[in-house]
Amino acid sequence: MGKLLAFTMVAATVATVVLFWRRVWWFPPNISTVGAGVDGDFRLTLWVTGILFVAAQLILAYCIGRRPKAGRARYLTGNLRMEVAWAVVAGATFIGLALHSYRTWARMYFIGAPPNAVKIQVEAEQFAYWFRYPGPDGVFGPMHLRLINDATGNYFGLDPARDPTSRDDIVTATLGIPVDRPVELLLMSRDVIHSFYVPELRIQQDIVPGMVIPIHFTATRTGNYEIVCTQLCGLGHYAMRAPLKVMTEAKFKQWLARQAAEQ
Amino acid sequence: MAARQVTARWTGGNRTRLAPQSVRSSDVAKASSESVAPQVARGFWRKYVFSTDHQIIGRQYYFLALFAALVAMFLSWLMRVHLAWPRLAIPGLSALSASGAPAGLMTPEYYLSLLTVHGTLMIFFVLTTAPQAGFGNCLLPAQLGAERMAFPRLNMLSFWLTFTSLGVLLASFLVRGGPAISGWTAYPPLSALGSITGPGEGLGQSLWIISIALFCVASLLGALNFITTTLDLRAPGMTLMRMPLTAWAWFVTAILMLLSFAVLLAACVLLMLDRVAGTSFFVPSGLIVSGQMIHGHAGGSPLLWEHLFWFFGHPEVYIAILPAMGVTSHLLSCFARKPVFGYRAMVWATIAIGFLGFLVWGHHMFVSGMNPYSAFAFAVLTVIIAVPSAVKTFNWLGTLWGGRLRLTTAMLFALGFVSIFVSGGLSGIFLAEPPVDVQLHATYFVVAHFHLVMGMAAMFGIFSGTYFWFPKMFGRMMNETLGKIHFILTFVGAYCVFMPMYFLGMAGNVRRYAQFVDPYLQPLMPLQRFITVAALGLGAAQFLFIFNLFWSLFGGKKAGENPWQATTLEWATPGAARAVYRGPYEYAVAGQEQDFVMQNAPDAGPSRARKEAADDNADQISNA
Repeated sequence: MGKLLAFTMVAATVATVVLFWRRVWWFPPNISTVGAGVDGDFRLTLWVTGILFVAAQLILAYCIGRRPKAGRARYLTGNLRMEVAWAVVAGATFIGLALHSYRTWARMYFIGAPPNAVKIQVEAEQFAYWFRYPGPDGVFGPMHLRLINDATGNYFGLDPARDPTSRDDIVTATLGIPVDRPVELLLMSRDVIHSFYVPELRIQQDIVPGMVIPIHFTATRTGNYEIVCTQLCGLGHYAMRAPLKVMTEAKFKQWLARQAAEQ
Repeated sequence: MAARQVTARWTGGNRTRLAPQSVRSSDVAKASSESVAPQVARGFWRKYVFSTDHQIIGRQYYFLALFAALVAMFLSWLMRVHLAWPRLAIPGLSALSASGAPAGLMTPEYYLSLLTVHGTLMIFFVLTTAPQAGFGNCLLPAQLGAERMAFPRLNMLSFWLTFTSLGVLLASFLVRGGPAISGWTAYPPLSALGSITGPGEGLGQSLWIISIALFCVASLLGALNFITTTLDLRAPGMTLMRMPLTAWAWFVTAILMLLSFAVLLAACVLLMLDRVAGTSFFVPSGLIVSGQMIHGHAGGSPLLWEHLFWFFGHPEVYIAILPAMGVTSHLLSCFARKPVFGYRAMVWATIAIGFLGFLVWGHHMFVSGMNPYSAFAFAVLTVIIAVPSAVKTFNWLGTLWGGRLRLTTAMLFALGFVSIFVSGGLSGIFLAEPPVDVQLHATYFVVAHFHLVMGMAAMFGIFSGTYFWFPKMFGRMMNETLGKIHFILTFVGAYCVFMPMYFLGMAGNVRRYAQFVDPYLQPLMPLQRFITVAALGLGAAQFLFIFNLFWSLFGGKKAGENPWQATTLEWATPGAARAVYRGPYEYAVAGQEQDFVMQNAPDAGPSRARKEAADDNADQISNA
C-alpha cells in the first residue's frame, strides 16, 4: 500500500507539473497594458509555489514509499532552529510575493485614469450590460430613475427634451473601444451585484448597486472579445454577457458615429 | 447493541469521578447539579434521542453530518451531470421538482438552488459539524480526562437546534420557488428583495436565513461548551501544553466559532429585517429590479454584508480545517511511532491561524469595490497566515521523517490530507495577491482551491478520524481492506476532480454558471466532462465507506482497549485513574518495554510530573 500511495503521489505531481509546463490549458492571450504585470506575478508565484509543491509531495512520497526500517524510531521532538528558519524563509518568501504584486495593483487601482481616457458609463442589470458614451460635449446627461425603461430603450433614464447634455449621448449594447488609448469605465448597477470581467484584459471588477466604481485600462490588440458577469446575479447569470470590440482609433470613430446615427 | 455497551462502559468510568466534584462550594454545586448528565437509567427517548450524554450527542452530530454529506454529494452529482451534458434529461429529476426540472431538464434557477444547498450543507452541516461537534463531543472529554462536557443540557439543545436548522434548510425544497438561488454567500440585494430578484428568493431565501441563524445559535452554545470543558474540566496534570493537538484544535476552533458565528447571526438578523421590516442595512436607494422601482429603501450598502459575511466566512474555513489538522497531527505521530515534531510550534501555529484568521477576510473582496488600499493591507495579512500553515506542513513531514510507518486506513487518510492540503493550500498564495486574484477571482481556480484545501482536506480529516476512533466510538474495528480501497479511490478521485479545475479557472471559466454557453468556454467542455465522470466515480467510492461503516457497526471485529497502541487518554482503560503525568505523544521512548507511554502511566519514581499533577489537583480543590 505504501508503494502504491507513494507512486500515486509522484504520478499526480508529475502530471501536474507537465500540464503546467506544457500549458495544455492556459490563460487567453493578454490584450492590455496591465496584463503583462498580472501574468508576470502569476508566473513568479507559480515558480515559487511549484517548487514548494514538488518538494513537499516528493518528501511525503519518500517517507511513505521507502523500505521500512526495523526497530524503533529515534525519539525526536523537534528542531527549533530548523522550524524557526523555515518559518522565516517561508514568511519572507510569501510576504515578498505579496509586496511584489504591489506594482501591478497600483497600476490598476492607485493611479487614476489619464485625462485623455475615453470615458464610458456601464450600467448592469439582470441580465444585460448597457454602455453610454458622453458624445461630442464630453458630458453625461443626468439620469432620471423614473424614466429608466427597457421597453422604450431608455436604459439610462435620459430626458433629451429637457437636458441638452443628454442629447448627444450615445447608448449601445456593445462596448466599442479604441486600441492603445486609455479607457475609463464608470460601473453602475441598477438592481443586484454584477461584475465586469474580460479575461483577455486581465480586468475584473464587481458592479455594486449604490456605487459608481471607476476602472481603467488600455487595450493593446484589436479584435472581438466577450464581457462576462462573474458575480451570481440570478437565474440568467450564466448567460449575462456583452460583446467587446477593440478597434483602431479611426474605426472606433466611424463605429461611434454609426451608433450615434442610430440613436 | 454495541452502542449500548460502549455507553455503559463510558458512564461507568465517569461515575468514579463524579463524587469529588459534587463537593464544591454551593455556587458550583448548583451549576453542576443543573448541568451534570443524568446518569440514572432513562427511557429510550431520553437516552438515545433527547440525550444529554456527550457520547450520544457526538454520534448524533456525526450521523447528521453523514446524512447531510450524502445529500450534498447527490446534489453535486446532479450539478456535474447538468454542466457536462446540459441537454441530457436526468431520469426521475422531474419527480423531485416538477418546476425545477420539467421533463428531467434542469432549469438555470434549479441549478442555482442545488448549488446553494450543496454549499450550505457542506460548509455548515458537514465540515463544521462532523469534525468539531461530532468528534469533539465523542472525544474531547475523554482526551482531557473529563467525565463529561461542561453543559450537557446546552449540548442537547445545540444538537437539536442544528437538527431543526437542517430541517428548515431542506424544507425549502418543498416551498414555492424552491430553495434560495443566491449561493451560500447570499449577497444582497439579490438575497434582500424577495422573489422579485428571482425564483427561490421568496420563502426559500427566508428559510435559508432562518436555518443559518438557528445554526449560529447552536454553534455558539456548542462553542461555549467546548471552551468551558477545555478550561475547567481537565484531569489533574493535564496542563494546556500536555493536551493532544486534537484537543487544541477543538479548543481554538470553539473560540473561532464563538467570535465568528455571533457576527453571522447578527448579519442574518439584519438581512431578515431588510427583507421583512423595510430596513436598509444592505439595500441602497434607487434600485430598479425587473423594471420595477424599489421603494422604501435608502442608505444601505451591499458591501456591509460582504464584510460581515466574510468576517465570519474566513474564520469559518479554519473552523472546518483546524480539527482536521489536529487529527492529522495526532495520527501521523501515532502511526509513525514518533513524537510530534515540534509540538509547541504546532500549538502556536494553531493559535496563530486562529488569530490571523480574523484579520484576512478582505481577501474575498479584492474586486468587490472596497478601498483598494485596504485590499493591499489584507493581501499582506493573508500571506502571513500561510506561515503557520507552512510550519505545520513542515512539522508533519518532520514527524514522518525516520518514522516507522504503520499504514492503517486512518494513517493513509492522514497522509492523503497532507498531500491534498499542500495541493490546495499553495494556490491560496496566488489568490492572496490582488492583481492575480483579479484574473482568477470567481473562476474555477477558486473552486479548485477551496474544494481541495477545505473541502477534500477536511473530508480526509473526517475519514481518518472515523477509521481511527471507530473502535473507541462503537467498540468494533472497521474493515481495513475495504478502507484501503476506499482510500485510494478517494485520493485519486479527489485529484482527478479538483486539479483540472485550476486549469479551467486559468482559462477564464467562471464559476456558478448553470451552463457554459459562451463561445470561449466551449473548448473547455471535454475537461468539464472528464471532471464529471471523475466526480461520479469519487462519489460512488463513498458507498464503500458507508457500507463499511454500517457493516462494521454490527459485524466488525471486536476492538481491544487500545487497538492502535496510542498514548492519549481516550484509549486509557475505562475507570483507570485519569491523572496525567506526561505529554501526549510519547512514542519511541528509550528504555521502555513498549514503544509508547500513555499519558496516565505513572512514573516509576517521584517525578516532576507527578508533583505537578498533585499541585494541579490542589489548585482545583482550592479553586472550588
